[in-house]
Amino acid sequence: MNRNKPLGLKAAPYLFLAPAMALFVGIMALPIVYALYLSFRGVKVSGLGLGSGGRTEVWAGFSNYARSLSDPDFVDSVIRVFTYGLLVVPTMLGMALLFALLLDSGRSRARNFSRLAIFLPYAVPAVISSLLWGFLYLPAVSPFYYLFDKMGLDAPSLLANDLVIFAIANIAVWGGTGFNMIVIYTSLRAIPSELYEAARIDGATERQVAWRIKIPIVIPSLIMTFVFSLIATLQVFAEPTTLRPLSNSISTTWSPLMKVYRDAFVRDDIYSAAATSIVIAAATFLLSFGFLRLVGNRAFNQES
Amino acid sequence: MKERPSYLSTGILLLGALYCLLPVIWVITASTKGANELFSTFTFAPSTHLLDNISELSAYRGGLFWKWMANTALYAGVGGALSTLVSAAAGYGLAKYTFRGKDMIFKILLAGVLVPAVVLAIPQYLLFAQIGMTNTYWSVLLPSIISPYGIYLARIYAGASVPTDVIEAARTDGAGEARTFFTIAMPMMLPALVTIFLFQFVAIWNNYMLPFIMLGNDQLYPLTVGLSGLLNQGASQPAMYTSVITGALLSIIPLIALFFLLQRYWKVDFGGAVKG
Repeated sequence: MNRNKPLGLKAAPYLFLAPAMALFVGIMALPIVYALYLSFRGVKVSGLGLGSGGRTEVWAGFSNYARSLSDPDFVDSVIRVFTYGLLVVPTMLGMALLFALLLDSGRSRARNFSRLAIFLPYAVPAVISSLLWGFLYLPAVSPFYYLFDKMGLDAPSLLANDLVIFAIANIAVWGGTGFNMIVIYTSLRAIPSELYEAARIDGATERQVAWRIKIPIVIPSLIMTFVFSLIATLQVFAEPTTLRPLSNSISTTWSPLMKVYRDAFVRDDIYSAAATSIVIAAATFLLSFGFLRLVGNRAFNQES
Repeated sequence: MKERPSYLSTGILLLGALYCLLPVIWVITASTKGANELFSTFTFAPSTHLLDNISELSAYRGGLFWKWMANTALYAGVGGALSTLVSAAAGYGLAKYTFRGKDMIFKILLAGVLVPAVVLAIPQYLLFAQIGMTNTYWSVLLPSIISPYGIYLARIYAGASVPTDVIEAARTDGAGEARTFFTIAMPMMLPALVTIFLFQFVAIWNNYMLPFIMLGNDQLYPLTVGLSGLLNQGASQPAMYTSVITGALLSIIPLIALFFLLQRYWKVDFGGAVKG
């Protein structure tokens, strides 16, 4: 018997967790703390701001936050992203749930093919899917313009000002439906079939089984997909950034993160960028945490 | 009992499949078109210039595109493997030991799931800039290794698939904790680890904002950043568009192949465990 074991046993969990905790602190916690620090700092320019001592970093209190929150560009981007979220999340999850239920129904055909095809966009990076859809939106390329043209109609331009939000929302729906469908489908498959065999024998239709039995059981999965979709929506960046060269109706501050990027790298105002990052991180965290609280933490507490 | 097929549900599924395949079919046909055909022939009419387009793309600045491909494979492969290992160890530690601070550590990690990685990218850049680490492979690799969600999944799966008796038995036989983890627990967790690896691999492969912010040298770019840069150039030189489209096609082939080969691992259940 090895007498050192109790000591090894005591240290073991900390050693197993050490790499993860070190990375968590260095890569996630520290940057947030540093951004928090920067968000309360600012540059004071004395004289012409030239030479050493011309620009000094000083405490700025909440002025960066005040500037960030009252900036009309920021307010507009937040409103835009919420509108975008209202378009994307219900459409995407609705489609994902519908497809998952149809895949789970014994009455659908071509199920394997459809499952693979619908999941396929998950393997396409947002930048690439924006690029593909971006071209498909161009009147010279789009098959829809071709059809409209053949019918002698004028099609609205999807890349024009009012419609560009739908163009971007479509890309997100296209990219996200398959993943969420698989999540919901996986939890549907976990339902023991006896549960609805009985209902079927009692004469329930496929639709009634879906509404009364299947959907209530997959609610925890729906909650999680909702939270993750919400997080993804608030941080939309790649799609509008990629589409910009193809459309002149996407501003550099289209989404809140694009504005952070512009402040930090185009305007070199890292203090304001830090404050806005903190606001977005806090808002995302509060929204998703609040939502999980609201639904009683059902999804996260189901671990074995 | 074979159920009566429903045309309506089959039809809806096929419509969904068509919607999802449409851009992929388009990129396949468009990458066969020459620059003069791209905007003039019918959307889905194929042509014969695929090989010309590929060689033109390959010739772009001494094969820069393939360098991007190799970089992406490096970021996603190495980052995904390290991330899986770190998550497996942490998940196993959380599931199979009782120790002080366990609940707190788990709660902090769970909070990390809710902080989107993209929101962290700019603070990470600011910090990395302080220590002169931006514009290096590490600046993209390091942030890709930590995955609170991977740790969460590994914990659930370690709890469900590694019986405590087996660990006890290994201990009685004199195996050290590390050896027990690597030779007994890891193989039992393998299906879940493959799933964690795949998700992390795809997340890194698809990542855009982090490398976009961290990297200035285009020799270090992954495909996403490189191709969006090419698209930007296309605005002034439309001849670039065929290269961009061919690049888009080539860049999605590896992931689609991976995805078909490892189909059975794409199973997730947020409510419970990962099923392998």
